[in-house]
Amino acid sequence: MLDPGIVRTDDDDVVVDDDEPPSKKLETIAKAPKPNTPHSKYLWSRVRKNITNHTTRHFGGRRVIQPMTNLPSFPGAQRPARSYRTDADGVSIATYEWGNESDPPLFLVHGGSDFAGTYDVFAPIMAAAGYRVISWDHRGHGDSDHTALYGWDADIRDALTVMSSITNKAAPVVAHSKGGALMLQLADASPYRISKLVNIDGMPSKRRMPDAPDHDQTRMMAGEITGWLDFRHEAALAYRKPGSLHDLAMRRGKMNPRLPIEWLEYLVTIGARQDDDGWRWKLDPTMRFGGFGPWRPEWTLLRMIALGMPFLGLIGTIDEPMGWGTRPRDLVPWIPRNGRLEAIHDVGHFVHIEKPNEVSTMILEFLS
Amino acid sequence: MSTTAGTTQQLVHNKVSLALHTLRVGSGTPLLLLHGLGEHSPSTVPEVATRWPGPIYALDFTGHGQSSVPAGGGYSCEILLADVDVALRHLGGACLLGRGIGAYIALLAAGARPELVHGAVLTDGPGLAGGATHISAVTEIATVGDRSGHTPDPWALIELSRDARPANYASTFARLSVTGPNNIDPIAVCCVVRPPWIEAINEEPGVITGLSAQEALESYAAR
Repeated sequence: MLDPGIVRTDDDDVVVDDDEPPSKKLETIAKAPKPNTPHSKYLWSRVRKNITNHTTRHFGGRRVIQPMTNLPSFPGAQRPARSYRTDADGVSIATYEWGNESDPPLFLVHGGSDFAGTYDVFAPIMAAAGYRVISWDHRGHGDSDHTALYGWDADIRDALTVMSSITNKAAPVVAHSKGGALMLQLADASPYRISKLVNIDGMPSKRRMPDAPDHDQTRMMAGEITGWLDFRHEAALAYRKPGSLHDLAMRRGKMNPRLPIEWLEYLVTIGARQDDDGWRWKLDPTMRFGGFGPWRPEWTLLRMIALGMPFLGLIGTIDEPMGWGTRPRDLVPWIPRNGRLEAIHDVGHFVHIEKPNEVSTMILEFLS
Repeated sequence: MSTTAGTTQQLVHNKVSLALHTLRVGSGTPLLLLHGLGEHSPSTVPEVATRWPGPIYALDFTGHGQSSVPAGGGYSCEILLADVDVALRHLGGACLLGRGIGAYIALLAAGARPELVHGAVLTDGPGLAGGATHISAVTEIATVGDRSGHTPDPWALIELSRDARPANYASTFARLSVTGPNNIDPIAVCCVVRPPWIEAINEEPGVITGLSAQEALESYAAR
């Protein structure tokens, strides 16, 4: 099935050169002499790789984390103590750790369009409490490989590969948003891998479809299908629009309206890279979340109620663009027997970022 | 199309190179063959299609035949639909003859691009049934070993054989198929095997049953 991420990235962030058919343009660019402008160099290198090396394990080739000199910091934020790469069947997954290696493992799973660095405040708190905290950038996100295909099962396999590289025993997991929904599926399919599960606003209850008759919904779906297919034709030429560090933070702010600009600027220094012509988010521009597919959000809740391990669900009460639109009362009937749900008032989708101390205290108490 | 029979063109679908084989040249509406799961395009025109009056092409899906193999899987039927959409745009439209999973993809294409699909003939073959129609537990998969990187891509076999196909999802595509200019019976179900998604579309307007694949192709060719 398609990646049912639900969230939509800021479409203003993606640019497609569409003045001629993509296939013709790809051929033309691939055969042309290497151009000199920064943007043309970037596009040329991408297309050349696309044409000649489409099965490469390192498509994108952007692996170097920018040196952190004279860049914004954020109170409490700490970069991981260790970072390395994990091979997931040919897909290189950027993996990070905070805390002592001898401490018991705790896995943190980020949401759609995010990256492990969004835990830079939360993870150190958990590490200080005695955990070896492990997180990773999902394929297509952060510093992990950009791949040709993205899917729910592939994300879960990548997760299992990282988790198995640390331990084959059941371990606690804290997961946010899409990462939370992924881990609900993993917990259902492989309950022996997760000892305790914390889900932070990753419990989709229903699709965000307005109340419309069937024939109107069919027409709306037709629009989603053609929009997605049209984008697939152009995807090979898509790239992220460059801008200043502040520009990218402001763009992200459209999707994260409750988060302070200082935090968003800090995220740019991790989730974006600095090219000659400006900063670009590292998120694969060919990824297009949401859209259509057979997956139904309510399937996640059918998995959730059946879980046997201790479960803590956290949800903010304020809806945000990157959230699922789930309300606490939608979830109450689906909380598993060994679980509980905590609704945190006056907080949006990024519960752990808005209230890191309150949320980490609650989670540490649960994990203990 | 200025190609000759027996040649193969490579089409670009994002980071994947798709093999489109020309089995027969000619004029008129092209026929595009879509193979089953784990299969690849035939090298000659199959018996069922010999009476087709126009050019005949065959597409290797991502991870199959002479198309490229992406690293690490991530397959979906919607990605295969996008493969077909690349070929349809290249050909300017076509009648589709799908085997197995190719039949399901033909249905999706008929609904997604009703203006480009001049008829979809659905026949038996590998991958016709697909996976669950509801939630299912996905078990842990350790590795695909030495098969990784070769066609058919083992991740394609694993992921596409359990791709969810809810009945109402298939029905939606059947309904969309009659919204284009080729809205008279654009889908012909010629399968003996009737998984739930086929049973669901049987009840939709625009879906004809009871014809052999050859009869259905002759019907579309005569339009």
